[in-house]
Amino acid sequence: MYAFDFEKPGSIADAVAALKDEDAQALGGGQTLIPTLKQRLAMPSKLVSLTGISEMQGVCRGDDGAVCVGGATPHAVVAAEAGDYPALAALAAGIGDPAVRNRGTIGGSLANNDPAACYPAAALASAATIVTDHREIAADDYFQGMFTTALDEGEIVTEVRFPVPEKAAYMKFEQPASRFALVGVFVAKFADGVRVAVTGASEEGVFRWTEAEQALSGDFSAAALDGLSVPADGMIGDLHGSGAYRAHLVVVMTKRAVEAAA
Amino acid sequence: MTQLTMTVNGKAVSGDVEGRTLLVNFLRDTLRLTGTHVGCDTSQCGACVVHVNGQAVKACTMLALEAEGAEVATIEGQADADGSLNAIQQAFQDHHGLQCGFCTPGMVMSAAALLKENPKPTEAEVRDYLEGNICRCTGYHNIVKAIMAASGQDVGAIAAE
Ligand SMILES: Cc1cc2nc3c(=O)[nH]c(=O)nc-3n(C[C@H](O)[C@H](O)[C@H](O)COP(=O)(O)OP(=O)(O)OC[C@H]3O[C@@H](n4cnc5c(N)ncnc54)[C@H](O)[C@@H]3O)c2cc1C
Ligand code: FES
Ligand code: FES
Repeated sequence: MYAFDFEKPGSIADAVAALKDEDAQALGGGQTLIPTLKQRLAMPSKLVSLTGISEMQGVCRGDDGAVCVGGATPHAVVAAEAGDYPALAALAAGIGDPAVRNRGTIGGSLANNDPAACYPAAALASAATIVTDHREIAADDYFQGMFTTALDEGEIVTEVRFPVPEKAAYMKFEQPASRFALVGVFVAKFADGVRVAVTGASEEGVFRWTEAEQALSGDFSAAALDGLSVPADGMIGDLHGSGAYRAHLVVVMTKRAVEAAA
Repeated sequence: MTQLTMTVNGKAVSGDVEGRTLLVNFLRDTLRLTGTHVGCDTSQCGACVVHVNGQAVKACTMLALEAEGAEVATIEGQADADGSLNAIQQAFQDHHGLQCGFCTPGMVMSAAALLKENPKPTEAEVRDYLEGNICRCTGYHNIVKAIMAASGQDVGAIAAE
């Protein structure tokens, strides 16, 4: 790692101020950023740790019924405390391994927007709101392709608000070495329709599978997906699986998610 | 350099670190507590697992300064007060839960975190919890058996493979 300064502010306001310095960067749980720094793929002048900010910690229930997760909340805490949204708690409990879950945070995961990460699927399928230090961003506008989001330089994810669906489930086909999603599908059934978000598969990062949403909004059953397919074009192909294989898995995992949710 | 203070295995310690100093380097190089191993240095293998405020973390993927003021527990603090092995360590010896021993400190620390959360885990729960601890020697079977035994469960029925 190149040398950098370290700061650990106690409030969002102090963190925002600290991030104004040139080449300063936020540090969540470090489970992605520290390996990146070790490879010298980044050279921040200063890391601003968000783990000491109590207003960014924990899970609560908003007045509108949404489950609100502080931006620096580790996955293990979401797994233990998001019982009001069981599919979200289960997703958090399935990220990486226990030590990764004790450090890695929801804000870090959403800011990084790894094309194989789990939380982007939950946020997109739930029509979550990503709250930052100065605005609110709808999930539909937030994810802008692999490792790309609507966040500006120095902007901090302070909270994520998840509307709670009537039924939901996340099904992840694990890439056995990394434990990330080879393909992961989050299905959420709301009173006014179904949303389906797919991670791990597309070269564009997390995406909504709208044909499946339409079919499931009429008939929320795995059988409603019979005959639907996803084009292999634009799917990630690597040594773990071809684009065609991933496209096939999208359908399989969506069916499994519907069955688990129903 | 910044002065860093924390409690390690019940003792107050301090030392000078850089922003980029990893917790595992502080433990191994500054404090000379070399029981915590570095296997991969890429947060995959779990040889570096220690507890920070009671929680298992990979010390190779945490900055030392993040542990300012924390209670840290390492393998060196696991033996009982009289120096004899604790229940988990003894079970690893009794059930041949190690061969070269490189992964063992991380395995023992992960096992301790598991048993604190879940005092009587099933075999499947033990295997699931050890997802982030890699062993190149044993094939895991006797590690799982040792942890089941350390939790006071009968492991007679778990045959060696
Ligand atoms: C072995 C292993 C297995 C894993 N398995 C999975 C898996 O199965 N599924 C999965 O989804 N993930 C997985 N991960 C990734 C893990 O969930 C990371 O914790 C996560 O992607 C990044 O979160 P972090 O808090 O560690 O962020 P960091 O590494 O600290 O930061 C990542 C990026 O986000 C920025 N950032 C951090 N917090 C914020 C914030 N609040 N606001 C704005 N920007 C911020 C940082 O500047 C940096 O650019 C795994 C990681 C490891 C090491
Ligand atoms: S050395 Fe830390 S996980 Fe391998
Ligand atoms: S005993 Fe050798 S790596 Fe586990």
